[in-house]
Amino acid sequence: MNLWKVFSRGIIEENPYFVLALSLCPGLAVTTSVINGLTMGLTVWFVITSNNVVVSIIRKTINKKVRVPVYITCIATIVTCVQLFLQAFAPDLYKALGVYLDLVVVFAIILARAESVASKNGVLVSFLDGMGMGVGFTIAMFVISFVRELIGNGTLFGVDVFGPSYMPALILALPPGAFMLIGFMMAGVKMWNQSREKAKQLKAMEGSEG
Amino acid sequence: MSPEAKGQTIGKDAKDMQELKLTVSSSPHVRCNESIPKIMWNVVAALVPAAAFGVYYFGINALVNIIVAVVSAVVFEFLWEKMMHKKVTIKDGSAVITGLLLAMCCPPSLPWWMSIVGSFLAIVVCKQSMGGLGYNLFNPAHVGRAGLMVSWPVAMTTWTQLNGQVIDGVAGATPLNVFKHGGQDALFTLFGANDWGSIYQSMFFGMRNGSMGETCTVLLILGGLYLIWRGYVNWQVPVIMIATVGILMAIIYQSPNVALFEMMAGGLIIGAFFMATDMVSAPITLKGQMIFALGCGLITVLIRVLGGYPEGVCYSILLMNTLTPLIDRLVKPQVFGAVKAKGAK
Repeated sequence: MNLWKVFSRGIIEENPYFVLALSLCPGLAVTTSVINGLTMGLTVWFVITSNNVVVSIIRKTINKKVRVPVYITCIATIVTCVQLFLQAFAPDLYKALGVYLDLVVVFAIILARAESVASKNGVLVSFLDGMGMGVGFTIAMFVISFVRELIGNGTLFGVDVFGPSYMPALILALPPGAFMLIGFMMAGVKMWNQSREKAKQLKAMEGSEG
Repeated sequence: MSPEAKGQTIGKDAKDMQELKLTVSSSPHVRCNESIPKIMWNVVAALVPAAAFGVYYFGINALVNIIVAVVSAVVFEFLWEKMMHKKVTIKDGSAVITGLLLAMCCPPSLPWWMSIVGSFLAIVVCKQSMGGLGYNLFNPAHVGRAGLMVSWPVAMTTWTQLNGQVIDGVAGATPLNVFKHGGQDALFTLFGANDWGSIYQSMFFGMRNGSMGETCTVLLILGGLYLIWRGYVNWQVPVIMIATVGILMAIIYQSPNVALFEMMAGGLIIGAFFMATDMVSAPITLKGQMIFALGCGLITVLIRVLGGYPEGVCYSILLMNTLTPLIDRLVKPQVFGAVKAKGAK
């Protein structure tokens, strides 16, 4: 398998958020500000990569019948490390993310990558896959929280952008606005993927004729 | 007749047949006289008097808002259909109705750019992203209004102070709001009236605070009657919705006076005649539409009496829109000639 492909597919083609549509709940809940969204993205990036590596290392010793509890235990351990780290160095962020940090343990995307990639592939492939998926997830979190904080609150990274006369559109700070935004972004990514696919097919046809 | 002549006759017949030029086409063979643009422009015509009254009564900002909402709705429809390489359908008037209804459901003091956002929510988010005219699950104008209500609750509940021309300055409250928080006495103070009769008169002729196009009961009813006369609206729908509100209010407040007031207040008249009868987002069969209207009236009363908002017509229609597919399934008419299977209940 092409190693670059393993890494890059998670960014657009198989973006965990916009294409695989896994773990949608943090996008509605914690992306009200860019800082929160980025922290959530980076947390998932770290957890998914390290979990992929750990699962890949122990994949041959796990009994098939108990593999899901084993994966969950690994994820929970890593998430606890991140929680303790955030608690020690960024207590405000830790408070802002609240229960969603605990929920990272059961995020579908992490379990899905452990099951579909890390349990079948070597350490390097699993690592790259986790990195790619993490990048894709972080980008998704960043883009959503960027739009939501800018329009729904009039700020970016907590700094006022439009001045005091701006009336923020509260709908984007609330879950319904996030739903609409994510829907339109999904449609956009899908359109882009389709046009790329078409271009690739055209190229292949030209190649075979030439 | 000689065989030769007979042959000639047959030849002539065949020639006649050829000249008839019968066209062979698939069904439907009989078409009614109606078309989407015709219906839509008739609805616009039915709405214009009430909108014009709003402009006369609330002043220039109402006119600005109506124009901005209509133009931006049409422009969004045009841009989206161009962008998606779809057939441009702005001439059928459906976007004009959406813009007009949206403006008529918003307070007259609304900043003009909020009307543009509302049109965006109505046309792009609600209508076009679901596939265009005929595919939207919800009434587009009410989706626009609900989105604005969530986004800018203060601007959407700030009602202009009347010029003092008809009744004395009543700032920042609609009759429904006053009644909800102050009761009957506050309502009498609001209208400067001593009896229900003068309140009804003000309500009936639209001399009250409210959204741009919802105040003038008489013009809205006339517009609705025009649509019923043309056959675009089933009279049962507005009647059931308004009657449900009236009857329940009469029971809850033990007062027929309050019931009559509630029936004319808020957006109930415009909602019952123009929104609950939407051909796309309401059920197809008459029976279904009647259940729909009953539900709308019920939820309106629930929100007005128990809810946090003084007015619930918008949300009641949106909530019932979500039930439309279920109602359609419930009242599905039996196929002509079909027989129930043996053992079926």
